[in-house]
Amino acid sequence: MKKLVSYPYILWMLVFIIVPLFFVAYSAFTNDAGNFTTVNFTSIAKYTPVFLKSLWLAVISTVICLLIAYPLAFILSRKSPRSQGMLIMLVMLPMWINFLLRTYAWMTLLENEGLINKFLELLGFGTVQMINTQGAVVLGMVYNYLPFMVLPLYSIMCKIEPSVLEAAQDLGAGRFQTIFRVILPLSRTGILTGVIMVFVPSVSTFAISRMLGGGSNMLIGDLIEEQFLGGAYNPNVGSALSLILMVVILIIIGVTNTFDSDEMEGMLV
Amino acid sequence: MNDVLIDLKNLTFLYDGEKVLDDLSLQIRDKEFVTLLGPSGCGKTTTLRIIGGFLTPHSGDVFFDGKRMNDIPPHKREVNTVFQRYALFPHLNVYDNVAFGLKVKKLPKAEIHKRVTEMLETVNLGGFEKRNVSQLSGGQQQRVAIARALVNYPKVLLLDEPLGALDLKLRKEMQLELKRIQQQLEITFVYVTHDQEEALTMSDTVVVMQDGVIQQVGSPQDIYNEPQNAFVADFIGESNIYDGIMLKDCLVKFAGVILPCVDKGFRRNQPVDLVIRPEDIKFVDPAETDLTGTVTSVIFKGVHYEMEVMVNDLLWVVHSTAAKTVGETVGLAVDPFDIHIMEKMFATDKNYVDGEVVEENTVEFLGVQFERENLGLPVGEKVSLVIDPEDIEVVSEDISDATVYLESLIYKGAYNELIIWLNETELILHSQNDEQVATDIGVKFDFDKIEIKPFAGDGEAGE
Repeated sequence: MKKLVSYPYILWMLVFIIVPLFFVAYSAFTNDAGNFTTVNFTSIAKYTPVFLKSLWLAVISTVICLLIAYPLAFILSRKSPRSQGMLIMLVMLPMWINFLLRTYAWMTLLENEGLINKFLELLGFGTVQMINTQGAVVLGMVYNYLPFMVLPLYSIMCKIEPSVLEAAQDLGAGRFQTIFRVILPLSRTGILTGVIMVFVPSVSTFAISRMLGGGSNMLIGDLIEEQFLGGAYNPNVGSALSLILMVVILIIIGVTNTFDSDEMEGMLV
Repeated sequence: MNDVLIDLKNLTFLYDGEKVLDDLSLQIRDKEFVTLLGPSGCGKTTTLRIIGGFLTPHSGDVFFDGKRMNDIPPHKREVNTVFQRYALFPHLNVYDNVAFGLKVKKLPKAEIHKRVTEMLETVNLGGFEKRNVSQLSGGQQQRVAIARALVNYPKVLLLDEPLGALDLKLRKEMQLELKRIQQQLEITFVYVTHDQEEALTMSDTVVVMQDGVIQQVGSPQDIYNEPQNAFVADFIGESNIYDGIMLKDCLVKFAGVILPCVDKGFRRNQPVDLVIRPEDIKFVDPAETDLTGTVTSVIFKGVHYEMEVMVNDLLWVVHSTAAKTVGETVGLAVDPFDIHIMEKMFATDKNYVDGEVVEENTVEFLGVQFERENLGLPVGEKVSLVIDPEDIEVVSEDISDATVYLESLIYKGAYNELIIWLNETELILHSQNDEQVATDIGVKFDFDKIEIKPFAGDGEAGE
């Protein structure tokens, strides 16, 4: 019975995950004519700066998200259950609106003729170039992915008993000691989950960089899109890029997970 | 004798506008094992948390070794706490849990190792250093919590119902062990519990609390043998509590008989509460005593039989190793020094409250209004009301005349005597039902039976 129920899911994964992966790998190692080649990989060495830039912006966005979300999640978890529910809803609220629409909203805000610049002009600062900068791309990523950082952190911090923090205080730990000796180690799995949840979509994003970064801030996501839908049409190179991106992400997740030890989770329950 | 270590002066603490502690003062001496004992909601944990620094009193002062501590945060106080549910650090093993306080203080590694190892030996957890705390049993976690606190060599150890989660047998073992540790290390223990037996077993001094007020402070023997009032007598051990009248020194009338006692200093004919412990009542030949009655229940309790005897419509609980049979007529006897006389918790036998005529034929008292036909008094006239305890009834809140706070409930052999608070005024009532104390209940008045008298001045109307 149990087995029977799992069949549709296995089928789903086969058709929509495993088989496409195989196609990507096949396409990456063949040319137009369908012959085996590694030229797709050697030809994309020139894109290394784009890769590095994508990784760099994703790292910055992830760090900013963590810095904002960590204190927020902790404060949320110490509120009364009623206000917790309401505040968490506020954190999630932007996610109810389509991601593209939200990013369009930022475009109109950041434009040279946009709302923020009009306000700055009123104050006599003149027009500040905000749209089409790396800063705008980072802002877009932080804004869109922040809830993915807040939620795992919040749920792990809810499990930290107030009495454990009191015990730390009781044993002589001041505020910083309590944070570094108790709260941080107890929320480590939440940090790791949040980092992965933000980093992975950030590194492969293309819409945000397109809309807020203009043409000058091309990221891997844009590059891949170009190969399939854009002017530089070459699905084989696109597949190779995708494959490399996937490997890079897997390596990063793997490295991150070595900081984690599975004994942690068992103890928190 | 100036060995007072902790001095609490006139502490008041409010929670949600309600007084959890009401002008509480208490002195705790060095190396003393003090237990704060009382039902839940009596303010004992609040008192402990104020000493620990986790709560700040709204008024009053906390002195520690003569120094005022009100504004010193917990991590700078020379006290350590064993929390109710241990609050061990789940990410650290046994050794690191115990070492936490010493590492925070940045002691040398060798010193930390020496002290942690020593303390784990003291609590019989040698060899458990590397264990994960989640793999320990409740009793072992408890020992870790105690070691973690004691390893800092605090002057005072605060314990908040530390044995509450353990089963009976383990709890008894841990009681003796805690006492041993306290004596061995010569540290002051302040222990919070609602278990009277635990308090009697371990303490040098027991502080009985109710509703944020200390009812009695004394040695376990004092508290048990000379309870200050019916609440203490009822809370500590089992007891028969009755209404009585002190005819003169050493002579009390109650339950339809007049018996000699050893208490002096009461007014002539003063109404009093008296307590007789079940184990102090002896069976005698019915012909030799005025106290004769019928056995209504016999329960075997292991060491003794617990028997209920109806004497002149009052229930007497008797503990004896000699079993009687249900329906048997028995005679009871009590030695004079086993009858303990106490001041009544409620000063009068009826409720005397002030009221005012607010409309024609309508009287209001303590926020409650009622109508009385042909009252014949002008609006605005002040009156005194007399309400008999029998004329207030406990009912569910949706059909009640008023919602009141139930302060105490004591069985008086034939009925429960309840003391309630209505608009900051204490009232007394009699009921046949048991209610949960320290909660809100609904009451209904039998308005037709309230006696309306001309106003007699502030407070009590008198006779």
